[in-house]
Formats: sequence, structure tokens, C-alpha cells
Amino acid sequence: MSRDRTLPGLAVATLVLLGVAAAAPGWMVFTLVVSLAQGLVVLGLMVLWRAGLMSFGQSLYYAVGGYTVGLINIQFGLSNALLLVLAAPAVAGLLAFLLGFLLARYRDIFFSMLTLAFAMILYGVLVKSSTLGSTDGFSILTPSFLGPHPGPDATQRLLTGLAALIALLAAALVHRYLKSTAGHLATAIRDNEIRVEYLGYSVHRAIHVKYVLAGILAGAGGAIVAMAIGHIDPEMAYWTTAGEFVFVAILAGAGSVAAPFLGAILFVVLRTYAAQYTPHLWHMVLGGTLLLFIVFLPDGVWSLFERACRPLKRRAPS
Amino acid sequence: MTTTVAILVDGAVYASWLFLVALGLTLTFGVMKILNIAHGSFYAIGAYAAASAVGAYVQAGLSPAGGYLVMAGAAAIAGVVVGYGLERGLLRFMYGRDAVLVLLVTYAVFLILDDVMLLIWGANPYIAYQPDMLLGTSTVFTLPYPNYDLSLIAVAAVIGSGLWWALSRTRRGKMLLTVIHDREMSTFLGIDVAKVFTVTFTLGAVLGALGGALTAPIISVQPGIGAEVIVLAFAVVVIGGMGSIVGAAVGSLAAGFAHAAAVHLFPQAELFVIYALMSLVLIVRPQGLFGQAQPRKI
Repeated sequence: MSRDRTLPGLAVATLVLLGVAAAAPGWMVFTLVVSLAQGLVVLGLMVLWRAGLMSFGQSLYYAVGGYTVGLINIQFGLSNALLLVLAAPAVAGLLAFLLGFLLARYRDIFFSMLTLAFAMILYGVLVKSSTLGSTDGFSILTPSFLGPHPGPDATQRLLTGLAALIALLAAALVHRYLKSTAGHLATAIRDNEIRVEYLGYSVHRAIHVKYVLAGILAGAGGAIVAMAIGHIDPEMAYWTTAGEFVFVAILAGAGSVAAPFLGAILFVVLRTYAAQYTPHLWHMVLGGTLLLFIVFLPDGVWSLFERACRPLKRRAPS
Repeated sequence: MTTTVAILVDGAVYASWLFLVALGLTLTFGVMKILNIAHGSFYAIGAYAAASAVGAYVQAGLSPAGGYLVMAGAAAIAGVVVGYGLERGLLRFMYGRDAVLVLLVTYAVFLILDDVMLLIWGANPYIAYQPDMLLGTSTVFTLPYPNYDLSLIAVAAVIGSGLWWALSRTRRGKMLLTVIHDREMSTFLGIDVAKVFTVTFTLGAVLGALGGALTAPIISVQPGIGAEVIVLAFAVVVIGGMGSIVGAAVGSLAAGFAHAAAVHLFPQAELFVIYALMSLVLIVRPQGLFGQAQPRKI
């Protein structure tokens, strides 16, 4: 068996990202922080997708993360990024834990569409909450770090660095989880869940855990993106936002915990260029790419990467 | 008293609208086990086709009564073209693949059709109010109602019972029910399942387009209407039980009255009451009110 080089790889990637956050031009830093936030959400989707479940409602936790940041801003006047980035996933995880009792009973498209419906409930609530700005949403306080305010550019860079570290932590933990027995159960659940139960494992509980994990990650992503953009609105919860996450998950593939982040960066770049060259055909580009991937590359961009690396491994003595 | 009447009439009108939209979705799911997100696009395409056809018809200054036929005709043609094209051109290659992947394929189609509509009809709203205005209003217990809205109830009832009759009282309909019940067995009995699929999907698309066309006179037709509708229609179908026409009718009524009650009594809940109802139904009865529980595969 070849050695698992995921963790060292992640560490190197994080160092590169920290370098980008410190030295790259401002637009690149912004692109990176948005990609990292999205990558976190998609990482959660990947955990579910390995078990054959596709949530069309991760926008629920994404918006919960964002609005947790906003509400803590308003209620307590706190804007410490470290605190907010811990609080948001906690709230999202709690909600996922509660909804998980219901959702863990569903599979296939029923799971997909039910998660979607829950996201739409939150969207409906947010649109009708005039104290939270209804469809306009409201602005987020500039995040602060330990110590005095470093100015807008440095704030964005610090936030991006924080996002990179969170992404590293999340990817490493999820990697560990996927290598554990509970993580390996995912494939078995997708293939035949009754046999999994014969083995003595609770499918219900395994799916519940995966769902909570995905909720926590989406909450973290929502909090980071809220602080980076400085504004939140109900659109975060709308199902088309969730659709974008699904798109990135398919684009990336489920081969590795690094894939979601790679996919998210590709997605944000694709969106930037599409908006520049074909401003009215963005959805068509999105849909067309999705179709091409489903038909020709169902395991995502990551499988290309793996295919490229395989001959090397075979040659190397192990 | 006034509020009660308002809830009842509004609820019935809203339910008819929901039913028209949900019917095609539940039919496609029942027969093909495909949950078609692009159904929202069919709805939007029908609405656009009807609105522009009615606009052109009114411009030509022909007898206004014929506008209704033009409206329905435009939607039916659009539905057949898009539905048939999609099934033959793309979806038939997806049969037998994972249900979630097929769902994603229909999502991709939904995204593509979004921009196709933008290319054809542009971003400006289309307003085809003439069919609505022409019918005037009538008074129900001191409340004025547009006759167009009230006639939607009749149209929904006619289309719904027509489909029910066609399915359960005609030979072809019974063949379709056989496919719903057991696909392999019906192939065995000599039913051309591939053909049944094509017909069903096209019929579902026409129903979706027709739902859009009938709505066109009372809304402003603009980008994004498909995205709203598909999720609502899905909620209705789930409440009733996926794949069941009676279920779609009951689901529409429940959702319609819940929505109307929320609008009049508790407006904050207007946008999510239907999804809340759906979650409630699912907690009590996971397969929906009229759905059949699926045995787990071993």
C-alpha cells in the first residue's frame, strides 16, 4: 500500500495559501478567502456524497453561519473573528443535530429535496424578518483580531490566513474521520445499507454524524464569507446558492479532502472569467459544465490528478 | 366571516395553481422515477410563450376571445418541443443511472434553460394582462374576485380529472399505470417502456408549460419564476405522496389553504408555511399522504 501523503500535502498547501494571503494582490486574497469558505461547505457535502447522499440545502447552514455572525454583531457588539468563526459552526452544528433526527431517515432524492425544503424555510423566515433587513440583509462589522484594528487591507489578509488555517484543520480532521471505521462505512452505506446493519453498525447514526459534520463545515464557511464580504442577505439561504455548492462538489470529486478546495478555487475563477466574457450566459456555462462532468468525468477534477499520479506510484518501489 | 371567505376562495385559487404545476412533476416522477428540476423551466417557458403569443395576438387586433386558445396552444407547442427534445436528446441516456445523478442532470438542464430563456425573451418582464381583464370580476360575499382566478379552479379540476380518467379508464392509460407499478414486468407484457417514457415526459412538460401559461396573465413574467415554482411544486408533491395524482390534488389543497390562512392570519409565515406543512407531514408519514412506502433493497 502506498503511503498516505495527504497530511504533508495539506500542510504544504496551507503554507502556500498563507503566503498568498500575506503577499498577493488584494483581489487575489479576496478570491482566495471566498474559495476557502466555499471549499469548507463543499468538504461537508463530500462527506455526505461519499455515502450517496447529496444535500441540496447546505445553503441553510451557510446562511445560519452568516447570520450568527451578524446577530452576534448586533446583540453583543462583538466582532472578534476568532470568536465568530467558532460560534457560527457551533450554532449550525446544533441545528444540523436537531434536523438530523428527521433527515437521517431519508435517502436518495428525498434527502436532497428535504434538505432543500429546510433551506427554503429559513429563506422564507429571513425574507419576512424586517428587523434583519428582509431581502436587503444587513452589513457585518469589520472583523477584529486580538489587539487594535489593523486597517482594511490587513484585516482581509488576516481573515484569509485564518480561513486557510481553519481549512487545514477541517481537512485534516475530515481526513482522519474518513480513514476511521465510521468514515469507511460511507461506501458500504451507499452500496447496501442493510448489510451494514447486519455488521452491527447503525446506518441511521452514521448518516446523522455525517450530516452534523456537513452542517458545522457549512456554518464555518458562511461565517468566513460573511466577514470577508461584510454583508449578509437571505440569498445565502436560497436553493440556488445550495445548487452552486452541489456544482462544486461534482466538479471537484470526492477523491480527497483537498478536492473541495481545489474545486472551489476553480469555480471562483470560472465564475470570474464567465462574468467577464459571457455575462449573460453564466448559468449556461454552469449547467453545461455540470452536464459534461456528469457524463465524462463523474469522479471530478481530482480523478484527473490521481490518474496523473498513478504511473509514478507504480514505478516507485514501495 | 369575510376573512373565512377570503381564506377559502384564495386557498382554492392558490391550490388550483399549485395543482396545475405539480401535476406534471408527479406524473414524471411516478412513471420514470425522475425528479425533474427542469420542470420549473417548463413552467417558465410556458409562461413566456403564452405571454409573447398573447401580446402578438392582441397587437394583431383579432377577436379577444381567441386569445385563450392562442395562450394554451403556444404553451403546448413549447412544452412538446422542449420536453420531447430533452427526453430524446439527453435524458434517455441517463436511465438506469443513480437517481441523484439524474436529479443533477435535470438541475444542469434547468440552469441551461434559464439562460436560453434570457437569450430568447431578454431580461425585461412580459405582462399579458388582457386574458385576465377580459373576464371581469365577480363578488363573492362582498369580496371582489377576478373571474380569471375563479376559472383557474375549474380549469385545474377539468385537467386533473381528465388526466385521472385517461390514466384509469383508457387502455393506454392503464398501460402507463402498469409501468408505474412494475417496469420490468410491463416490458415482459410487451409494453414499449421507452415509448411510454417519451410520452410521459413530453406530457409532463406540456402540463408544466400549461401551468405557466395559465399563470402568465396574473403575474409579470420575468427571469427567476421557474426557480420559485419548482421548489413549491416539489413540496406539494411530497405532501401528497410522490407519483400519485390524487396525492397531488390533496397536497395542493392542503398547501393552498395553509398558504391562504397564513397570508390572512399570520403574514410572517407566508413564504414558508408550505415547507413547514411538508416537514410536518413527513414526520408523521414519511412517504406522504398518498404515497406507498418503498421496501428497502437487500
